[in-house]
Amino acid sequence: DTSLSEVNSFSPSMPISPSSMINQYKFEDEPELRDLFITVDDPESHITAIETFITYRVVTKTSRGEFDSSEYEVRRRYQDFLWLKSKLEEAHPTLIIPPLPEKFIMKGMVERFSDEFIETRRKALHKFLNRIADHPTLTFNEDFKIFLTAQAWELSSHKKQGPGLLSRMGQTVRAVASSVRGGVKNRPEMFTEMNNYMETFSQKINVLDKIAHRIYKEEREYFNEMKEYGPIHTLWSASEEDIADSLKGVACCIDKCCKATEKRMAGLSENLLPILHEYVLYSEILMGVLKRRDQIQGELDSKVDALANKKTEKDLFSEEIGKLEDKVECANNALKADWDRWKQNMQCDMRSTFTNVAENNLRYYEE
Amino acid sequence: MEDCLAKKMEITVSEAEKRTGRNAMNMQETYTAYLIETRAVESQSEGQCAPVDSLWRRYSEFELLRNYLSVTYPHIVVPPLPEKRADFVWHKLSADNMDPDFVERRRIGLENFLLRVASHPVLCQDKIFYSFLTQEGGWKEMVNETGFQLKADSRLKALNATFRVKNPDKRFTELKHYSDELQSVISHLLRVRARVADRLYGVYKVHGNYGRVFSEWSAIEKEMGDGLQSAGHHMDVYAASIDDILEEEEHYADQLKEYLFYAEALRAVCRKHELMQYDLEMAAQDLTSKKQQCEELATGTVRTFSLKGMTSKLFGQETPEQREAKLKVLEEQIQEGEEQLKSKNLEGRDFVKSAWADIERFKEQKNHDLKEALISYAVMQISMCKKGIQVWTNAKECFSKM
Repeated sequence: DTSLSEVNSFSPSMPISPSSMINQYKFEDEPELRDLFITVDDPESHITAIETFITYRVVTKTSRGEFDSSEYEVRRRYQDFLWLKSKLEEAHPTLIIPPLPEKFIMKGMVERFSDEFIETRRKALHKFLNRIADHPTLTFNEDFKIFLTAQAWELSSHKKQGPGLLSRMGQTVRAVASSVRGGVKNRPEMFTEMNNYMETFSQKINVLDKIAHRIYKEEREYFNEMKEYGPIHTLWSASEEDIADSLKGVACCIDKCCKATEKRMAGLSENLLPILHEYVLYSEILMGVLKRRDQIQGELDSKVDALANKKTEKDLFSEEIGKLEDKVECANNALKADWDRWKQNMQCDMRSTFTNVAENNLRYYEE
Repeated sequence: MEDCLAKKMEITVSEAEKRTGRNAMNMQETYTAYLIETRAVESQSEGQCAPVDSLWRRYSEFELLRNYLSVTYPHIVVPPLPEKRADFVWHKLSADNMDPDFVERRRIGLENFLLRVASHPVLCQDKIFYSFLTQEGGWKEMVNETGFQLKADSRLKALNATFRVKNPDKRFTELKHYSDELQSVISHLLRVRARVADRLYGVYKVHGNYGRVFSEWSAIEKEMGDGLQSAGHHMDVYAASIDDILEEEEHYADQLKEYLFYAEALRAVCRKHELMQYDLEMAAQDLTSKKQQCEELATGTVRTFSLKGMTSKLFGQETPEQREAKLKVLEEQIQEGEEQLKSKNLEGRDFVKSAWADIERFKEQKNHDLKEALISYAVMQISMCKKGIQVWTNAKECFSKM
């Protein structure tokens, strides 16, 4: 624990190697050593004179010392999550902040308060908070703690402090502007590679997302047709004597196939689709992070050029920037390693679901 | 078990060939000709295999054969031909008569038709059928010479009979209902099956996209690269497997289609019965009215109103000689009528007996065939699932190595 807090604070003497960070991060990932458990559930609708909105219950259980109590229950609305995300981005511009579900979905034409929409959002918000909790740095963020523990009025008053929305927007604008200005001169090879990787990755993940949705849609259509297929056999069996039983048997099996198809679809929508969507958002976030990193480096570079003679200041800056760069590297690598593992597990789960469905099919048909 | 042709002779429709020729209106047309091969089955003679006879026939000749058989044996449920045009088509299948897959399925259907006729205890003995299989030239003329077209009942007459008949055999009425139900349920089933096949095709094929993207993605990954690449390969295999699966299912659909068309053959037998019964009822009615006329004339009493009666009352009655002559004519007619009625009755009873015997035979055949078809369908589904399991097990392995 103490080694982690050292990483956060500014210590000029110790260069932190990315690999050691990764090891520590992996260690943190073990569920048995988790000391912060968060759930998001129980959406409720609130109607006021001005607006209607949904709040979600956020329950936190923890054994950490810095928390006054071991259990907290608060209600939060989507706006509060947005606030938290922007605070985290402000505090850690080059760390990968997990994605939030979008404000609303355009193409689905889902009504803002439909049950399906609320449930998808709830699950995504739950993921969001847990990813933060799992992150070695972000989990100790002060705003995060307040988010989890403060009562509604406390949170409002806390929100009013701190830099306004405009300044934060300004930061991102500057970052985009600086990258448009023709790339960074001294960008280390690694980050150019990352940029290239992210571009391709972003492309591929978007296509995968589309494919997965398409498959879901096709399966749904298949399911709809199958629903009609079974009953025809039952109808037929009514006119027959000898083969009535066989026909009824076939009808039965077809219905079972229908149920299995439903399970398969549920598996897709619960596992694959949300994950792919999350990573589509992640790819956008990562591009943003890389841009911010470039911007910081740009600042460093310009400062280096400008203050070439003031050695101490340069060192100060260099080290600071160097730390940040390392941190970004670490965060990137850690997340990447984590993400690969996640991805792999997720896909394994999904495929197991498919295999199960296929095996179920087999069992049903053999009957 | 009667000795039927199928046991004495091997019959196959082995090839199909595109031909061009001139049709009745001297216009050029393309059609497909089918090669029928026959070979006598020797009872275990040493090594010697009988020579194969062969001739070419086109679909329209098969139709002519079937029409001949239906008219000549109206009490038999005559096996149906494979469909004239492709029906119940789902998007991948072509509706084109010249499409090689369609031609292939038709070839199989025609062979099936010939085998069914050859294994029927009554039909297999028909000479026209035999020469269809063996005599290349002049067969068409032979068929036409039988004059079977004249024996065919007019559609209008049959429709009329169906509506007007008073006392058809109950079993035939039930059978008619059954064949209607069968027809409707099988066509519904085939339609939905076609849609299901279409959708299933879609699901499988979209998975093929995974293969491409995975491969492109693996290019930028280091540890995940191999796993992605091989998983992508399995996705491609998965997507390709649907083609064979659905081709097999087409055979199942064809088996059902045969019985869809058989329902029409059943109806034809029912119609014939109704026609005969109606004929009988009309003849009986005619006889009764003649007898009545006879009675009136003989006793001089007019029981029913008749124009003749009225006119004779108004304009004077006929002479006794005229009456006598009329009576004689009537009595002759009545005697004729009674004989006709007797023979019609006999015909009707014979028809019912032999038709019903063939119907029982048909029922057994149908139950047996459909059961087998359903079983083979289930087996197909199982094999499809087994393939699916294999592919996904492999894919799962690849994914877990990512």
